[in-house]
Amino acid sequence: MKVSDIVKELGLKVFSGDKGLDREVTGGYSSDLLSDVMGDSLEGQVWITLQTHKNVMAIASLKELAAIILVKGNTPEKDMAGQSNIENIPVLGTNEETFSICGKLFKLMENK
Amino acid sequence: MKTFRADLHIHTVLSPCSDLEMSPGNIIAKAKEKNLDLIGITDHNCTKNCHITEQIGKEQGIMVLCGAEITTKEEAHCLAFFETPENLNDFQHYLDTYLPDIQNDITKFGYQLVVDENENIIEEIDKLLISAINQNMDEIESTIHGLNGLFIPAHIDRLKFSITSQLGFVPADIKADALELSGNTSKNKFLENNPHLKDFSFIQSSDAHYIHQIGTVSTLFFMEQLSFDEISSALKSKNGRRVEIR
Repeated sequence: MKVSDIVKELGLKVFSGDKGLDREVTGGYSSDLLSDVMGDSLEGQVWITLQTHKNVMAIASLKELAAIILVKGNTPEKDMAGQSNIENIPVLGTNEETFSICGKLFKLMENK
Repeated sequence: MKTFRADLHIHTVLSPCSDLEMSPGNIIAKAKEKNLDLIGITDHNCTKNCHITEQIGKEQGIMVLCGAEITTKEEAHCLAFFETPENLNDFQHYLDTYLPDIQNDITKFGYQLVVDENENIIEEIDKLLISAINQNMDEIESTIHGLNGLFIPAHIDRLKFSITSQLGFVPADIKADALELSGNTSKNKFLENNPHLKDFSFIQSSDAHYIHQIGTVSTLFFMEQLSFDEISSALKSKNGRRVEIR
């Protein structure tokens, strides 16, 4: 499953990093503590968070994550979007909160 | 150059998590006992006990930097200090604007008291002060600097409510006037894991919520006199002024 499939299935906005939409997705990781994501997320996961600081991109790139989904209508700060375009790691958005978007993503991955 | 001892991170009875012994008078008395020349009053998202502490400090020969400990949208704590009552007041308006309207429950969080020199209660703050304000770190930094203030990310080594815990690491391009370490580490130990921050100046503070914690760690300021400009120069290592953690 690719990032673009998730965008389509879950009706997500694409804010930036659209050159990375064909990245392969291996799973999901949900956390708003960046130190935790740095420690325990795995390559290819989609990261669900409400943090919009540019450090999000540094960690996504370090951990080789597939994409980021910003919840509750959050939008990336300008330098975050810029970094996302440089790294080709898409920043996606939804108006839903973490619990429901995680549930939908989990189901989608389970049924693929 | 003269040497001044400072503890720039102290909470008063205005912070709900602070002990009721933390009255302005008690804080100054303890600071004197601990041979501090300079203290910072940094209550959570509120500056309203600064002025009275500054006044009592003046009478006792202790300089008080007026400011606050702000909880950013990312839930990282940052210290801010201001030179003039006008700037402090403007910043208080900013905090009032962006602090969410969540009521304090004194049974769960504790009292939030503004007091006078005789420990009479002047005002009880209704809104919970330990909430995160609705502004991100960069917005807060530029607001502080717009009011000629000092911006110091707090206890960056700690694994809760710090830039490190909330944002993974301290970005090298952060526009900080200094970085604060808690008493649980040393500058050398911290820099071992964070070599990209070696050019910043570091202070160490107690983050005192109880009287006995005041001055347990401190920072030495090498400068000509106790003034906001000199402190600012020392933090920025300008004109031969500097700070040192000991």
